[in-house]
Order: sequence, then C-alpha cells, then structure tokens
Amino acid sequence: MLEVSLTGSLQDSADGLASISIDARTIRELLRKIVERYPRMQGRVDEGVAVSINGEIFRDNWGEEIPEGAEIYLLPRIRGG
Amino acid sequence: MAHDPSYTNQEFKVIGTRPPRPDGLDKVTGRAKFGADAFAPGQLVGLILRSPHPHAQIRKIDTSKAEKLQGVKAVITSADMPDLTNGNRNMLDILENCMARGRALYDGHAVAAVAAIDMPTARKALKLIKVGYEILPHVTDVDEAMKPDAPIVQPYVRTTGVEPKPKKASNVSQVTQFGHGDVEAGFKEADVIIEKSYKTEQTHQGYIEPHACLASVGPDGQGELWVTTQGHFAFREVCAKLLGMEVAKLKVTASEIGGGFGGKTHVWMEPVALALSRKANRPVKLVMSREEVFRSTGPTCSTSVDVKIGAKKDGTITAATATLRYQNGAFPAIWAMLGAMTSYACYNLKNVKTVGYDVLVNRPKVTAYRAPSAPMAAFAVESTIDQVAEAIGMSPIDFRIKNAAKEGTRASYGPKYGPIGIGPTLEAAKNHPHMRARLGKNQGRGMACGFWFNFGGQTCTDLNIGVDGTVTLTVGTVDVGGSRASLSLIAAEELGIAYERVKCNIADTGSLGHNDMTEGSRGTFSSGMATIFAARDVIEVLRERAAKTWEIPVEDVVWEGGQAVAKGKAHGNLTPLTLSDLAAASPNSGGPIAGHNEVVADGAGVSFASHICDIEVDPETGATKVIRYTVIQDAGKAIHPDYVEGQFQGGAVQGIGWALNEEYVYGEDGRLQNPGFLDYRIPVCSDLPYIDTQILEIPNPNHPYGIRGVGETSIVPPLAAIGNAVSNAAGVRMTHVPMSPPRILKAIKSEQAELAAG
Amino acid sequence: MSAVLVTTTINGDRTEFVCETDETLLDALRNRLGLTGSKEGCGTGDCGACSVTVDGRLVCSCLVLGVEAEGCEVNTIEGMADGDVLHPLQAKFIEHAALQCGICTPGFLMAAKVLLDKNPNPSEVEIRFALAGNLCRCTGYDKIVRAVKAAAKEVRKR
Repeated sequence: MLEVSLTGSLQDSADGLASISIDARTIRELLRKIVERYPRMQGRVDEGVAVSINGEIFRDNWGEEIPEGAEIYLLPRIRGG
Repeated sequence: MAHDPSYTNQEFKVIGTRPPRPDGLDKVTGRAKFGADAFAPGQLVGLILRSPHPHAQIRKIDTSKAEKLQGVKAVITSADMPDLTNGNRNMLDILENCMARGRALYDGHAVAAVAAIDMPTARKALKLIKVGYEILPHVTDVDEAMKPDAPIVQPYVRTTGVEPKPKKASNVSQVTQFGHGDVEAGFKEADVIIEKSYKTEQTHQGYIEPHACLASVGPDGQGELWVTTQGHFAFREVCAKLLGMEVAKLKVTASEIGGGFGGKTHVWMEPVALALSRKANRPVKLVMSREEVFRSTGPTCSTSVDVKIGAKKDGTITAATATLRYQNGAFPAIWAMLGAMTSYACYNLKNVKTVGYDVLVNRPKVTAYRAPSAPMAAFAVESTIDQVAEAIGMSPIDFRIKNAAKEGTRASYGPKYGPIGIGPTLEAAKNHPHMRARLGKNQGRGMACGFWFNFGGQTCTDLNIGVDGTVTLTVGTVDVGGSRASLSLIAAEELGIAYERVKCNIADTGSLGHNDMTEGSRGTFSSGMATIFAARDVIEVLRERAAKTWEIPVEDVVWEGGQAVAKGKAHGNLTPLTLSDLAAASPNSGGPIAGHNEVVADGAGVSFASHICDIEVDPETGATKVIRYTVIQDAGKAIHPDYVEGQFQGGAVQGIGWALNEEYVYGEDGRLQNPGFLDYRIPVCSDLPYIDTQILEIPNPNHPYGIRGVGETSIVPPLAAIGNAVSNAAGVRMTHVPMSPPRILKAIKSEQAELAAG
Repeated sequence: MSAVLVTTTINGDRTEFVCETDETLLDALRNRLGLTGSKEGCGTGDCGACSVTVDGRLVCSCLVLGVEAEGCEVNTIEGMADGDVLHPLQAKFIEHAALQCGICTPGFLMAAKVLLDKNPNPSEVEIRFALAGNLCRCTGYDKIVRAVKAAAKEVRKR
C-alpha cells in the first residue's frame, strides 16, 4: 500500500484530500486507480501530471516501477523554458 | 535493447574538452539559415492586423475591400480558423490567441491576416480591413485584476483550488498551495520575523530573432512548415490539430533558431500562416516585426509577492510563508503555481507554506521564460532572507549555509531531495575571492541562491555509420546553445573516436520519431542519454560484424578505443578492426550499420546556483553599474564547458537586465508604451563586466554521465542578488524590480525624508 | 510603385539591383540579392543585427535606403572571409565560443571589424563601447569581448 500525497490544486479533484492510500506497482497502475476512485482526476491526468517517487520526478515514464514503501507525490505537470 | 540510465563514474577522453562547434562556420559567414532566411517559389507575404485596444468586442470585420485589392491572394479571420478542438479548452485558448474570436483580449491581439504578392500590397490590404470594435473596460495590473469589481477577462473561468466552488467568473484562474509543518507554531518560536511585499514588472525573453515561418499547404491536405521554434514536433501536433490536418502530412523543419528562452515553445502566428497558405494555395512567409514580438508574444509574468520569514537568534529559520500573485496575460496558466513550488526550494524548512494566485489580465498570453516563475519568487524570498540575516546579526552567506537544503531534506514543494548541489555552491561562494574583494565608495555586495527543476522527456535519436566510418548523429531536439557540439562529443566518447568524425544534424519531423521541445534544460540531458544508448546499440552491431568477419563467437569480441578487439589466446593473431574497417566491409557483412534509441528521459535532476555581485549606485541620479558578477552552479557534468559557461553567463545577464532595466510599460489606455529595443532596454556590452563562472560537478545519479540541465537556473538568482547589492550600496531596501534609476532615486529620497522626519 | 536601378559594389563585385524608393538596403540585400547573412532583429536601428559597411562606414542597413547605395561600396558578412581563409575575428568567434544562437553574430563581426580596422589594439572598454550598438541575448557578451581581444592580437601579427 502506498501513501500518495497530493499537492496544489490536485486535492480539489480528490474530494479535497491531502493524501490517499493506493496499492500500485507502477505509475500507470497508480494513475488508473486514482482515476477509478476519483473520476474528476481524469481531467487532471489529461492535462498532465508528474509523479515524484522518493524525490525523483517522473513526467512521462508511466512504466516506472514504484518500490515498496516509496514516498509518492502527485504533482501538476510543470514546464520549463 | 534496454539500457541503464544510472550514473557510472568513468574517465572521459573527449567529454569536457572544448572543440569548435559544428555550426560555427555557417554562423560566422552568414550562411546559417534562420526563420526568415527561407524562400519558396511563388511565395506570398503574410501580415497580421492587430487590435489597438486592450479589451474590445469585435462587432464586425469587413474584409471586402482588402480582398478586391490587386495582388491580394487571401484574407482570413477567425471564421477561416474554425474551432476543431473538440472541447479541449487549452487548445481553444491557443487558437483564440492566434486569432481573436469575437473579442480582442489585449493590445496586439490578432484579428485578421492577409497574404499578398509583396509587402507594399500586404500593407495596403491591412489598411483596407475595417474592424468595428466596441471598447470594453480593461485591467492590466495583477493586484487590480484580483479586486471584486475588476473587468472580467475570461467569462468562462471559475477559480479552482478554493472551497466552496465559485459560481461566478473571476480573474483568478487557480489557487495553489504547497508546504508542510505548522507555520503559525513556527512563527511563535521565532526571535525575529520579517514581513515584506515585493513587485516585479513584466519582461520579455528578448530573443534577437523575431518569430518567422514559411508555410505551405496544398488542397491535397499536405503541408510543410519552416519555422524558428524550440520544438518542431510539438509545433506540428498543435498546428495539425488546430487546422484539422493529419500529423503525418505536415512536415515541420526547424530553422536555426535565433534565441528562444521559452518564447519559442509556443505557436503564435504559425497556424495563421498555414491557414493563409491553404486559402491562397501558395507558400506564405510570415515574419513578425519587433513591435509585434513585444505586443503579442510570450512575455513572462508581472508579479506581486508577500513574504514572511521567522528565525531564531542562532540562525535557524522556524517558519516561512509566501503569497504569490502572478498575471498570466489573457489566458489561464500555471505560472503562480510554479512560483509557489520554487520559492523556498533552496532551504531546509520545518514549517513552510506558499500560496499561488494565477491571475488573468488584458496583456499578451504569458509563456515560459527560462526557469519560468522562479526568478520573481526568488527575488522576494532571497531579499527577505538577507533582511532576516541582518536582523539576527549573521552574514547572509552563513545564514544561507545554515538553512540550506541537503540530501534528504523535504522540499517545500513536497518530495525529499536526492544528492543536490545547493550546499556546495554556497560553500564555493563563501570561499570565492569575490567575497573578500574590497568594495569602493557607493558600492554594495549582494548574493542570492536559485533553484530550477530541469526536465527530461520524450527523446529519439539515430546514429548511422557511413561507409568511410564517419558518424551521422541525428537528433530531434533543436540546438539553442551549442548542443550539436556536446552531443557530438558524447557520440565520440561512446564510440571511442575523434570528435571530428561525428556530424550532428537536427532532423525534420519527417525523418525521426517524436521529440519533446528543447525546454526545461533538457537538450543535452535527454538527447545525450538517447545518443549514449544509440551508440551502445551500434557497438553491439559492430561487435557482431567483427565476429562474423573473423568467424569467431561474438562473446570474444570487445569494443576498445574505437576498434573491435578479439579477446582470448586463440585469437591472438587477429588485428583489431577499426570503425572504418568495419564500415567499409559493411555491404557484405549485413548492410548498413545503425543504432537508434527512443527514451523517456526522466530524472533530469534539480539544479542550484549561487550568485555574487557588486553594484555601484550613484546617489545623485540612482544610476547603477555592475562592477563584478560571479556565477556558481552545479552542472552535474559539463560536456562542453564553453557552452556551460555560456549558459551561466547568458542567464545571469538576462537576469541583470530584468533587475535593472527591462519592463513592460502599459499606459492608462491599456496599450504597451515601449514595444521596441530603444525603450525596452536589454543590457548592452558596455553595461557589463566579464561574468565569472565556476562550474561544480555533482553527478546526477539518473544519467550515465551524470549530466544535469544547465540552461535555466542561472536566471533565477540575479534579481535578488542585485536587489541585495543595490540595497547595501544605497542603504535602502529595494522591493520593486526593475531597480531603474528613477525607482532607486525615489527610494533614496523617501528614506532620507523619513530619517529627516526622525 | 517606382522601382529604381541601383549600381553598387558589394563585397568587391560590381552589382546591379532594382528596388523601390522606400525599400531599405537590408531588404534589398536579403530579398533581391539573396544575401541573408544580414539579419533584421528590430528594423529600427536598435539591435545591430543588420550591420554592414557603406564606403567603410558601419551602418544599420535597416536604416539605409537601397537607393542610397548607388555608387557605393557595400560590405556584408558574406564578404568577410578571404576565400577559404576566415578573418581572424571569424576564427576567434568560433574558437572562443563567442556565439550561441548566432543570429547577432554577423552584426557583431561587422562592427568588430570596423573597430579593428581603425584600432588594432583596443582595450576592453573600447571593445565594449564599440560593440554597444549590437544586442546579444545569449552570451552575456563575455566570450564576445574575449574573442575580439584574441582576434586583435592576430590582426596585429599580420
């Protein structure tokens, strides 16, 4: 089971929760299960999100495996110049 | 083949050297072809008509006279660019920014466009287009736009991130919050609390090359676009979507790019050029004037920020907050959110809270500008950090070192850091001779830290071996600052050959798979990774070819020093085969030798910098002079140190311009007053000293060579470093950027008046 | 429309072109003669990317009319190298990484050449003021000044 912290306005789409518990082994599974539980999250995932696994930010690689007990943050997708 | 992106410590042969860049000769002889340097048979000249009003209902557009003018081949309005975005509001915003749809939202918003046989005809045609405007109230200031009675910029926008959900439209598009701990409790523990408000004005990326493209679309639905861009693959997707074209049928070629800094990550008039070309069935060249660039393309936000920091006498920060209001222009975006994420990223804080307000105003659509949003937040935070240090009697550098984030620190935006470079850049700053240099009369020293995330993203490269053993490296990331040189170095390093034997090309969208844009400091990081992997694939092929030639098992062949070597006693008589040998034999050993890699290069690794500067202030006039400037930044690994230094220096000087001179000035009428380089003054050669650099190399664990992005972080500290230096020199705290002579003089005078009043 | 025939010498070659009376020299060079090495960054004489010399004088070609070139000697970036031998400024700009995007480079090279033609031993301050009419947004000017210094040394050897 993973504790997923939601940052910024993402909490809005998950009934205002700051963190949720989800069982997932990859980013893809994590996002799928979050959307299943909070359908409004689909729009946010479509707009783009990033997932921080133990401090490392992943934006595109949904196949990335999530180690047991990892610290997970769901972040809005960020841009650079 | 799967490759491991983890860092391996190794001795380099060519990485870290400074060979001449492959595009150098073309660029010093005038041969390099930029956006406006392409011509097509039968090409027309495109021109765009822009709104002179900051906010107006467009009642009617009469194009009939323009259409009848001899030599005019197409006139378009939003009616020629129907909404095909299928409910995707972000895409519709992009379309609406390219061409107003019923309402002009800022001074400079496109309302119509023409294509004609030459420039005089196109100019005449623009004058013949009659637009009926009904002028609406406007707002251009971020704080004004947040007031309840402010004119509403986008009626569809409801603030997200607040409870209860608003039913009424607002100029605040989103509220975002980051942080951890209990700031109220933290402030109670503090011996000193400093609370201050800051403002920064809007600036432009200021690339010297205006936007330019040559578009060609035929009635068969196929098209080509030659364009100055940071990301031709993304431009292809957006343009195809907006125009209802098939992605594969639009070929986009990136010209040499004359600077971007984020401003060329976004389409502005390219869809208009394609629409004109489609209507005229002729190629259309569309080149913006400098005035159009200023009025209508990608500036960064103006901001208004409140900061509160509390600390104990021993120098520990107990709590920190920031409220950040960023205007995004006329379309919703995430810029305040990025400010809220980056504000305190340099520090190890128990209690921290930041709140960002993204705000709409009647100004051009804001786009990314080098480490977007971070410099303004850093100005507010780093200025306050200096004041707290002063209040508790610590030196600014020691105070920062004491509170610096380190491996394991929880970042203010959430996650915990891996190995990071803020501590080492601060230590290097403390030990730098600049810190001990004597200051003259009216001179002050300032320092500041900066942070940026860096990104990786989708990347794809080809590596082909020519029959003579030379290497063609094909990448899809636009070269904005010398990446063809650094990527060639990487290919040479992997293959064990000379740099001169590699030629790096930027592919058009028809020649390579999708590549994300060159943004987020990702060019060398991500294409470097894909190049390493493609080269490793090639080495596997080369080993197989050598094994075939020698008729021995491939396991007995290793690649060493640019050649295949047979290992083991049984093969002692076999002469090594060089890359050239194997290439020459390739027709009979299995055909072309090539490697290819597609990768999602995540894990770009955050980057930190510390800057030191000395500024002299003339107390009579408020004029400033930059006396000395030092940039210290972590690069992970500097592949071509010249171009790493170049990024450090260029970013610092953009920050210097922002801090001291550059600003968008809007009149009461909502019109931009200074859309030219004479009145929007970027730094020139005689304004500056040499910019000293110190490259630190703290390897990024997520890249085979330890590379981190280097392009953006260098623009983050200058606003604050200069703010602190000017404040120390003038003896008065500066809170409004740019610190232009009138603003400095005003601050000095009001300080003197306050002192006189006792 | 009132096109005029203009006879000039461009980079040493006698050249004729036709242009409108209100057409800039920059547009004539770029659009009529295919000499796109001179760039338009502003069109108002503020950025120096279009710098050329007319009878040895450094000008912003966006502020000069094409017809004003009648009977003049015009030199552009395309004529700076001597055959396959680069001018020391060109060589040093490459060697010192004095360019990133390269859009301002032709203008800087023209301005720097005019400086070195007059003063082959300029100080840092003289270089900085001689190049103050040229904008560069990538480099922060550091490596440009160093490259000009190094080129001056080469020029003095000749």
